[in-house]
Amino acid sequence: MALASAWTSTVNRLLVRTVTACALLVAAGHAAAADKDLGRDVAANCANCHGTDGRSRGGVPSLAGRDKGELIRQMREFRNGKQRSTIMQQLARGYTDAEIEAAAAYLAAQKAQ
Amino acid sequence: MLRSRREFLHAGAASIAAIAVGARGAASAPKVIVVGGGFGGATAAKYIRKWSEGSIGVTLIERGSAFVSCPLSNLVLGGSRQIADLTVPYEGLDKWGVQRITGEAQSIDPAARTVTLAGGATLPYDRLILSPGVDFIWSAVPSLNDAAAQEKVLHAWKAGPQTVGLRRQLEAMRDGGLFVIHVPLAPYRCPPAPYERACQVALYFSMQKKRSKVILLDANEEVQSKKELFVAAWNGRYKGYVEYRPNSGLTDVDVATLTAKLEFDDVRADVLNVIPPQRAGAIARQLGMANANGRFCQVDFLTYESTVQRNIHVLGDAIQPASLMPRSGHMANQHAKVCAAAVVALLSEGEVNPLPVVANTCYSYLSDREVAHIASVHRYDPATRTMSVVSGSGGVSPAANAEETVYAEAWAKNIWSDMLG
Repeated sequence: MALASAWTSTVNRLLVRTVTACALLVAAGHAAAADKDLGRDVAANCANCHGTDGRSRGGVPSLAGRDKGELIRQMREFRNGKQRSTIMQQLARGYTDAEIEAAAAYLAAQKAQ
Repeated sequence: MLRSRREFLHAGAASIAAIAVGARGAASAPKVIVVGGGFGGATAAKYIRKWSEGSIGVTLIERGSAFVSCPLSNLVLGGSRQIADLTVPYEGLDKWGVQRITGEAQSIDPAARTVTLAGGATLPYDRLILSPGVDFIWSAVPSLNDAAAQEKVLHAWKAGPQTVGLRRQLEAMRDGGLFVIHVPLAPYRCPPAPYERACQVALYFSMQKKRSKVILLDANEEVQSKKELFVAAWNGRYKGYVEYRPNSGLTDVDVATLTAKLEFDDVRADVLNVIPPQRAGAIARQLGMANANGRFCQVDFLTYESTVQRNIHVLGDAIQPASLMPRSGHMANQHAKVCAAAVVALLSEGEVNPLPVVANTCYSYLSDREVAHIASVHRYDPATRTMSVVSGSGGVSPAANAEETVYAEAWAKNIWSDMLG
C-alpha cells in the first residue's frame, strides 16, 4: 500500500513536471515565434514602397541585405529630423525602437536581389 | 515496477508526439480561399503562401483577367498614362503556388465552410478571405439604376474600360465644354481621388481645351483630403479651370441632357461623371457581415475576421476601417499582411500578433510632374480594440513637388510587385 502510494506519488510528480515542462516549452515557443515574426511583420510595412523583403524595383532604395546598424541609424535620423526626407520622418515616428531594430535585423538578413 | 514506469514515460512521450503531429494537420494541408484579386486579396494570397512556406493551400477567385490599378488611373484622364501602364497580369502569383480561378464567387455556406461559384462549382475552405472592393449604391442616383444610363454617365471609379471610356468622352468634348464631377458623401473609396481627378482633367484642358472647365459638385462640406494642396492648385496653376462647389449633394441626373440635379439647382454638363455612394461588394454583405450601417463589414483588427462570421476575414475597401484609416490600396495591402500573418498563425497553432501596426501612404498627382503625399501610422490599441494613429506620426507634403513624382512611381511599381510579383 505504502509502496503503491509512493509510486503513485512519484508518477504524479513526474507527470506534473513533464506537463509543466511541456507547457513552458509551448509558452516559450509562442513568445519566441511572436518575437521572431516581429521583424518580418514590421518589414512588411516597408514593402509597399521598398519592395517585398526590401528588394526595390527602382526609384526608392532597396533595404534588403543592408547593414543592420546603418538601417537603425537612418531610421533614428529620419525620426529626429537630422536626415532630410519627404515622407520618412512622418513614417519613422510611428515605430518603436524595438520594432525598428527587429525590422532592420530582418531586412539585413535578406538577400540583396 | 521500473519497467512499467519506463513504459509509462515512453507511452507519455509517444502520445505527446502524436498530439504534436495531429496539431500540425499531417492529414491534409489547410485550405484558404481568397475572393477578389485587388490590393487586399492578391496581397493576402501571396503572403499566406510565402509566410506558411507553402504549407497552406491558397485559391484566388477573381473575375478579371488582369489587375488594373485605380491608383494612377486619373493620369489616364490627364493623358500622361495609358491603361496598359496600370495593368498587371495575375501570372506572377503562380510562382508562389497560388491556385487561380477566373470566375465569380456567389454564395457562402459558413457551416459547411464552402464557397459556391457562379458556374455552380463548390469549393471547401478552412478560412475564407473576402476582398471584393465596393459595389455602387445605384438607388441613390435613381436614373442611373439602368445599364444603358451607366454606359453614358460614367463613374470611372473602378479602373479599366470605364477609365478609358471617360478619357474618350473628354477627348470628344467640344472646347468650351463643362466637365462635371460629382463626389458622394464620405465614406467612399480613396478620399483624395476626386480632387486629383479635377486636377488631371484641368491639366488636359489647360494644354488642349483652354476654354473648357471642370466643375466639382461635392456632397461634402469641404475637400476630404490634402485640402490646402488641392485648393492651392485650383487657385494657382489651374486658375479659371476648376470651380469647387461644396454641399452639393446629388438628388438624381437627367441622362438625356447630362444634367446633375441638386437640391436647389441643376448643372448641365458636356461630360458628366458621377461617383455614386458605395458599400462592400455583394459577397461580403451576405450572412449579416455588413454590420456597419448595412454598408461595410466590421472586423477584428488583429485578424481581419468578420465580427459576425467565424473563419471569414474581410479586407480592403469592404471593411469599416478605424477612425482616420482611409479606404486606399495601400491600406488594403497592409490589412492583407496583418490578416495573412494571423491566418498562418491560426492554421498552424501559432500566436497571432497582439500589437499590429500598419501605415498608409497616398500620393496624389496635382499635374503630370508634381505630386504630394499624405501618410499615417496606425497601431492596435488593446483597450479599445481598434487601430489608433500613432501620436506624432504622419502628415502631408508642405507643397506639391517634383521630387515626390519619382517616389510615387516607385510606390506604384513596388506595391504592384508586392501584391502580384
